[in-house]
Amino acid sequence: MHLSPDGIIFWQHGFLKLNATIAFTWGLMIVLAVGSKLVTRRLSSDLEHSRWQNLLEIVVTAINGQIAEVGLRTPAKYLGFLGTLFLFVAMASLFTIVPGYEPPTGSLSTTAALAICVFVAVPLYGIADRGLGGYLRAYLKPTVIMLPFNVISELSRTLALAVRLFGNMMSGTMILAILLTITPFLFPIAMSVLGLLTGMVQAYIFFILATVYIAAATRTRKTTPEAKVETKSEAKAEPERKD
Amino acid sequence: MDSMTLIAIASIVTAGLTIALGSIGPALGEGRAVATALSSLAQQPDAATTITRTLFVGLAMIESIAIYCFVVSMILIFANPFWNHVIAGAAGK
Repeated sequence: MHLSPDGIIFWQHGFLKLNATIAFTWGLMIVLAVGSKLVTRRLSSDLEHSRWQNLLEIVVTAINGQIAEVGLRTPAKYLGFLGTLFLFVAMASLFTIVPGYEPPTGSLSTTAALAICVFVAVPLYGIADRGLGGYLRAYLKPTVIMLPFNVISELSRTLALAVRLFGNMMSGTMILAILLTITPFLFPIAMSVLGLLTGMVQAYIFFILATVYIAAATRTRKTTPEAKVETKSEAKAEPERKD
Repeated sequence: MDSMTLIAIASIVTAGLTIALGSIGPALGEGRAVATALSSLAQQPDAATTITRTLFVGLAMIESIAIYCFVVSMILIFANPFWNHVIAGAAGK
């Protein structure tokens, strides 16, 4: 019984290994990219469009709405990165339906890579929004004494992101494997459904935590509560004026 | 009792204790979180989406603690470096 798909090695040469994690990750990437390309070949903006385009529109609009709700002002800027995080982790868990598949997020390498992406993206977006000085000044924010704690919290929440996702995915697959040796068919199916649910929830958690970290790094003086109330009432007033 | 037996006993007992004790705190915390979320949902049903979303995020953070304990337990059982070292020594003999 292996801890993660890293144990299934298809080909090895020296220290270069082609294991199941890499194979499943690339398979997921190909499915996502080719699927999206096929769906968006003929985009139509009238009321008649294909079901797949409708599905993708629902997903993208929902992600956009969530990013806006957390407080990022222009969700389109962050939609690429955050949406990809959510879609990758969600699809990685959803494909457990396919027999013989193990989620690549059940390997600490994959989740560490995703967490490092977030760790790099947060300062990038922060500096792009506030400038280097403004971003670095945020580390001194409550008082200067808080500087080491802020740095440590940055590192520890990256680690927490990685281990949380890894632990949830790995525990799901491991419980399934253990149950299959004890009571075949019925109970493992129930556990598999539970695993799907936790996979979706963990994908949402990963995405929303990354969004909150980016929002914390890019918050400027304009996103004070008064400004938020202003923009909300402006947004409500606009449709009324158009009608 | 030689060192191999001692390492085996310590690993097994610690693995069981880790996951047993480590699940108590998060379970209690999650129960309190859901109870508070339910009462605030009853007080303000129109804030349901915000409350539900915040509840799930909070539950995931609390759950992480239990997940850390589970990961340590799994490491002790399946990827135990001390056990591997001792086994390699015994196999080498």
